Amino acid sequence: MVAFDEMLPAEAGLRRPYEAYDGWLKNQDPARLTEKMRDAERVFRKTGITFAVYGEQEASERLIPFDIVPRIISGNEWRRLTQGIEQRVQALNAFLDDIYHRQEILRAGRVPRELIATNEAFLPEMIGVRPPAGVYTHIIGVDIVRIAENEFYVLEDNARTPSGVSYMLENRETMLQLFPELFQRIKVHPVENYPQLLRQSLAAVKPNGVNGAPTIAVLTPGSFNSAYFEHAFLADQMGVQLVEGQDLRVVDGHVAMRTTEGYKQIDVLYRRVDDAYLDPLTFKPDSALGVPGIMDVYRAGNITIANAPGTGIADDKAIYSYMPEIIEFYTGRKPILGNIPTWRCSEANSLKYVQEHLAELVVKEVHGSGGYGMLVGPAATRKEREEFSKKLAARPSNYIAQPTLSLSTCPILTEKGLAPRHVDLRPFVLVSDRIRIVPGGLTRVALKEGSLVVNSSQGGGTKDTWVLDD
Amino acid sequence: MLLGRTANGLYWMNRYIERTENMARLIDAGLRIALTRSQDASEEWKSVLLSAGAASSFAGKHSDYTAENVADFLLRDMSNPSSAVAAMETARNNARMVRTALTRETWESINEAWMALKRMLASPIDQRELPGVLDAIKRETALIRGSFYGTMLRNEIFDFAQLGTYMERADNTARILDVKYYVLLPSVSWVGSSLDNYQWESILRSVAAHRSYRWVYEAEYKPTNIAEYLILNARMPRSLSFSYRFLAEHLKFLGEDYGARHPAQEIAERIYARLRGTEIKDIFETGLHEFLADFIRDNNRLGDQVAQDFGFY
Amino acid sequence: MRLKVSHRTEYSYDEPIRYGLQRLRLWPASGPAQTMLTWALHIEGAREEVRFLDQFGNDTRLLSIDGDPHTISVVAEGEIETNDTAGVSGPHRGFAPLWLFEHQTPLTAPGTAIRDLAASVGDGGDLQRLHGLMALIQQRIAYVTGTTDSRTTAEEALVKGTGVCQDHSHVFAASARLLGFPARYVSGYLMMNDRVDQVATHAWAEAYVSDLGWVGFDAANGMSPDERYVRVAVGRDYREAMPIAGILIGHAQERLAVHITVEQ
Repeated sequence: MVAFDEMLPAEAGLRRPYEAYDGWLKNQDPARLTEKMRDAERVFRKTGITFAVYGEQEASERLIPFDIVPRIISGNEWRRLTQGIEQRVQALNAFLDDIYHRQEILRAGRVPRELIATNEAFLPEMIGVRPPAGVYTHIIGVDIVRIAENEFYVLEDNARTPSGVSYMLENRETMLQLFPELFQRIKVHPVENYPQLLRQSLAAVKPNGVNGAPTIAVLTPGSFNSAYFEHAFLADQMGVQLVEGQDLRVVDGHVAMRTTEGYKQIDVLYRRVDDAYLDPLTFKPDSALGVPGIMDVYRAGNITIANAPGTGIADDKAIYSYMPEIIEFYTGRKPILGNIPTWRCSEANSLKYVQEHLAELVVKEVHGSGGYGMLVGPAATRKEREEFSKKLAARPSNYIAQPTLSLSTCPILTEKGLAPRHVDLRPFVLVSDRIRIVPGGLTRVALKEGSLVVNSSQGGGTKDTWVLDD
Repeated sequence: MLLGRTANGLYWMNRYIERTENMARLIDAGLRIALTRSQDASEEWKSVLLSAGAASSFAGKHSDYTAENVADFLLRDMSNPSSAVAAMETARNNARMVRTALTRETWESINEAWMALKRMLASPIDQRELPGVLDAIKRETALIRGSFYGTMLRNEIFDFAQLGTYMERADNTARILDVKYYVLLPSVSWVGSSLDNYQWESILRSVAAHRSYRWVYEAEYKPTNIAEYLILNARMPRSLSFSYRFLAEHLKFLGEDYGARHPAQEIAERIYARLRGTEIKDIFETGLHEFLADFIRDNNRLGDQVAQDFGFY
Repeated sequence: MRLKVSHRTEYSYDEPIRYGLQRLRLWPASGPAQTMLTWALHIEGAREEVRFLDQFGNDTRLLSIDGDPHTISVVAEGEIETNDTAGVSGPHRGFAPLWLFEHQTPLTAPGTAIRDLAASVGDGGDLQRLHGLMALIQQRIAYVTGTTDSRTTAEEALVKGTGVCQDHSHVFAASARLLGFPARYVSGYLMMNDRVDQVATHAWAEAYVSDLGWVGFDAANGMSPDERYVRVAVGRDYREAMPIAGILIGHAQERLAVHITVEQ
């Protein structure tokens, strides 16, 4: 199976979005490019020091590899993608509102009740809560893969606390430093204003009783969290406080942070702490990362929590397979962006099919993430498949299966010149009174030849993602 | 607006940077005596440990008061929270927590100092290398100070960090004096004897004042002059008076910024006024040790009050 | 029947409190079986931060405590007009779906004892089976105070064979769910006939019966609630309906004193 290459597809020749870049590339001295690649490493290590130093141990502080060849998307392609994404995030929010109120979609039998009822991501404490502007998931990372010129699929929706946006911003910064002339020749939509958009978006969903500019803060689990750099970076770029649970308490009916001048009210909290740890009075009683009573303040309407607690019910892998039905139910239209066909192993017929076709399929844990606990059928040994088959039989409802897609490729610069590698794309979506999508996103690339696993925890790298202003 | 936790982080960041440097200075002074007067070396190392506030924890681990053991314990032993490498790591952890309040240069200088100390102190130090290591530690902390002074905005962030520096410094100088107060007492001073000469020099050396002393006083060491210099001279950057001049000043800035006079400012101004209104002979009359013990207690009380006034916890 | 209720809770602490919260579910709602005539909460030594309706529609208040008060007191009192509806408290209301009450919680998670108990309930109509279950539980668990606490699970209480109304209610809810009924936990007050001073707040369970709605079963007393019962809060178990839930930061030790009167 030959993968679709986004720069130079096998049959069609150089694709338009890459023409200007290719023109520039042809005139580059290969030695200079190699030198730039080394520069990139140096620049990135310098910027990347910020990534490195925030990890737990010096030894485990890894830089995520960066490739200097941009992934380029035409304006037209991007417009189509954004329409699909907008439709999807509208449906996700409508679904969340419904699930925590009348549950019409369950009554209509379009999504099986058991899927919600037995799901740990469903939070009864959210029943009856309608946040400002009716938005539950404010910040969403939609993972998209491409397999042909006009075939895009959504791989998963990250509706809880998607990360990676700081890499998108740092990647662009690095490219601007390395190749300023490229950005003069080629009109690329900027992504740098993401923190400002995030701030505007959060401010737009302030609680109803707040007059004037709301006070926003970012809640982090602390400096030993693996994504701490991103938390600090976003707080810094937005010009808001980076707070921890120990800084916060309930004061005068609001959540307030302890400052050098006493407690100050917070109106909108961009939290990067998981639901279970958010409120020890409501959830895990031993959590030291959260704020006791924040759920009470939330239900009283005195703070906006972004993303809302309980949004995980919308991005669960078992729910994912129902997204086409969900989109149609709430928007009345067919999905613009398709789902990857998915077999739910909880269903007997599907389980049988999956067991018989393990060698062709990718099997994932319903609640897993980061590429762990999955089986890539074609790449697995017979023994691995047999062992996985036993796990599957023991807990079928814990798994879903999908066909192995031939993800599109983009060239990366290797020591032997350009070489194609598989990529995916995570655009970042902001939802408030309106939907904002920064033109770009995080392109993850599998650096190993032939590999389909793009996760940074398993040898993936990243690329700058260009959306052309054409 | 500044989080109380951030103010606390800035304060301890600088306290621990100052402590890192003080450890190097203390060992430097001890080493000088050990090299020149080997028969008194173990007594001198005991004083060094007392000044570092590490005498009992050292005794729990080592029985020989040798340069090797003391330098190892005060520089590279992670079980000693005040060792140079542990102090630098605490400073760096605090800096990481308050990262967004620091300039990039300040953060990088701290991070690089931490990496340098980790590297230098990874394995036991060869005694021939010790002077070089001590110099390198002082150079790293000087680089941090340079970046900090050169790039930080003079706002509340700067004030809280500076409070940490001067609280630690005042405590350190007072401890050094208190551990050896008896050699400064007039009753036991054999003027001109070589015994006292080296003790006095050691005191001055441990606060980097053995050269500047000569610029201020006549060449000969006199105990009352040494005490006066380290306690009351407001131009000597490691003296108690100098430290309190800046503690009072930074608390005044904070009070002005916040439009409030905090109890901590009252305490600092009272202590500073006492230092300014005192002559060294009065201190000797009421008792040098008593004076220093009072000072150390008041200094700690000020630290608690600062934490309370500005929501550190 | 017009019932006059006074419920006083007093917390004493042996040292100043750095910070604490108390969440109160002490505000009864009017419904088919009761009408609230007057009700008031008097709070001393703590501040009310927010009030809201929780996911089950319970009127909930959050109080905060800090600094020196060595004692805080919460007095809930008022008058409720009750009527005997033969235990029926009406149709299901609110956004919390009925199916939510079909699911067990950590406090009601059944083990073999509860499974056996549920299996031993005879055949018959819904009400007959539920009354049968209530009678079984009353037989199996003797009312003995001090043998269980707020963390005791339904299974543990049944195995032990002793407990208080909270345990009877958990065992009932757990078993009713196994039998296919949505079930919930109710906290409230009961006027015992022979006295004005009541020992504690009361609790019972409700099961949802098609056509009738929610029906109450007080397994501790072997009867369905009548006009001597005042319902205050509901949840899937004690943890979700408890009258007062708190969190305390610091080392202060808490001492609790409760005084309840219910009279006509």
